[in-house]
Amino acid sequence: MLSAIAGLLLVMLVAPLLPGVAGRTKAILTGRRGPPLLQLYYDLARLFRKGVVYSTTTTWMFRLAPVVLAVSALLAACLIPLDGHAAIVGFAGDVIVFTYLLALGRFVLVLASLDTGSSFEGMGASREVTFASFTEVAFFFALIALSLATDSLSFAGMLGAPLVTAWPSAAPSIVMAAATLFVVLLAETSRVPFDDPATHLELTMIHEVMVLDHGGPDLALILYASALKLTLFASIVISVVVPRGMLNPFLALAVLAAGLLAVGIAIGIVESVMARLRLTRVPQVLVAAGALAAFGVILLLR
Amino acid sequence: MQRLVELVLLLIVLTNFMVLGTSRLSTCIRAIAFQGLLLGLLPPLLHRSLAVYTVALALSAIAVKAIILPRFLQWAIREASVRREIEPRIGFVASLLLGAVAVAVAFGTAQQLPLPDRGGSLAVAVSLATVICGLIVLTSRARALTQVVGYLMLENGVYLFGLTQAARVPFLVELGMLLDVFVGVFIMGIVVFHINREFDSLSDTDLTELSER
Repeated sequence: MLSAIAGLLLVMLVAPLLPGVAGRTKAILTGRRGPPLLQLYYDLARLFRKGVVYSTTTTWMFRLAPVVLAVSALLAACLIPLDGHAAIVGFAGDVIVFTYLLALGRFVLVLASLDTGSSFEGMGASREVTFASFTEVAFFFALIALSLATDSLSFAGMLGAPLVTAWPSAAPSIVMAAATLFVVLLAETSRVPFDDPATHLELTMIHEVMVLDHGGPDLALILYASALKLTLFASIVISVVVPRGMLNPFLALAVLAAGLLAVGIAIGIVESVMARLRLTRVPQVLVAAGALAAFGVILLLR
Repeated sequence: MQRLVELVLLLIVLTNFMVLGTSRLSTCIRAIAFQGLLLGLLPPLLHRSLAVYTVALALSAIAVKAIILPRFLQWAIREASVRREIEPRIGFVASLLLGAVAVAVAFGTAQQLPLPDRGGSLAVAVSLATVICGLIVLTSRARALTQVVGYLMLENGVYLFGLTQAARVPFLVELGMLLDVFVGVFIMGIVVFHINREFDSLSDTDLTELSER
């Protein structure tokens, strides 16, 4: 239990670092210096000190959304066994709660962006929801593969000790699930090739465009929640690739920290070697990722 | 050894998905070349022998499927200057989904087939999946060149099925099949090239009318 709480604290602390690592990797690979690694911490500190301005067209939904988004991400963090053994809260079917907690966050964010009455934000919301409907399928297929491989219905089994024993016999399916999860990570957290976190051109961005009207602490909460979401997906990918069920919980946390760094670097590498996909191509890639995981499921059912 | 065979077979299915999902012709051809290479590796792995027969089969398959035909198709798209599949009759997303269904069906039926000499049901399943995916590409794409790729895929599936039953297929028959494919693709490539020169288009929807316009 102690290690689970330590894991939650670790993830909460390092979450804003991960986008920084990805950005720094990208900057180095493209021959620039890039912002400091701790840039997001500075941003958050600055935003939390600021006041808030609300447009007169917005309603209570707009004010509620950032809080719900941040809280749902935090609750989702409680469901993942970060130390490789048990989460703070775990039960059969917690994977579904996890998915829909994140979906709840997205739902309120979309409502808030529609609430502003801006056509740009409506466009971003429509894209976000469209792509989410594809990532969700891919994510669930990956989860089904893991669940079949480990014969369990909770994160504690799918990412814990049963996964260690499942690896030798079901390696192909698990690798495919991990690849799908990485694609889902990139899509869910609006990274290249699905969205460009660096762009501020309304016509091309997806996630960023929805938060244009938020400011101050609200924006800080949204930025923190998306960084936390990135960290959570990264932890899932790490837990699948490097099963830590047999390790000492605190050693497992150290492995997790190293893994988070590695995922950050991997995201940076992907961002520097790939261009953003055309919007019409995004569903294609997501369906391909889903098909990959589905193939993993078929292999396990055989 | 068994793991290696499994890995190769899984990669073959993944190349199928790649051909189904990509709109760029050169990616398509590269995928099919890679599939040819994987197929070439299979005979020594499946039969666990380095006899002259298996090695010769492997080398000839690699030469034809992974080197000569892809080179030739690359030449054809360069000469005909077609880069990508424009509007397939079934979209890329839909054909990927169809491909996933095809794989599921293939894996489901492969176990029920009453085959005399089973070189592992995985190989049979993968060969069926490859045949169906090849059929999807053949029937759903509008570009003649992509259809050639689909034909190659179909043939790869048949070849793989032959491998699982290889004890019964003599060397000469295998070589004959390779030659058939080689000549078939060669003729198709040349026909496609000439059609393109005459009509400035490779879309087969333009080829349904006989009258002069």
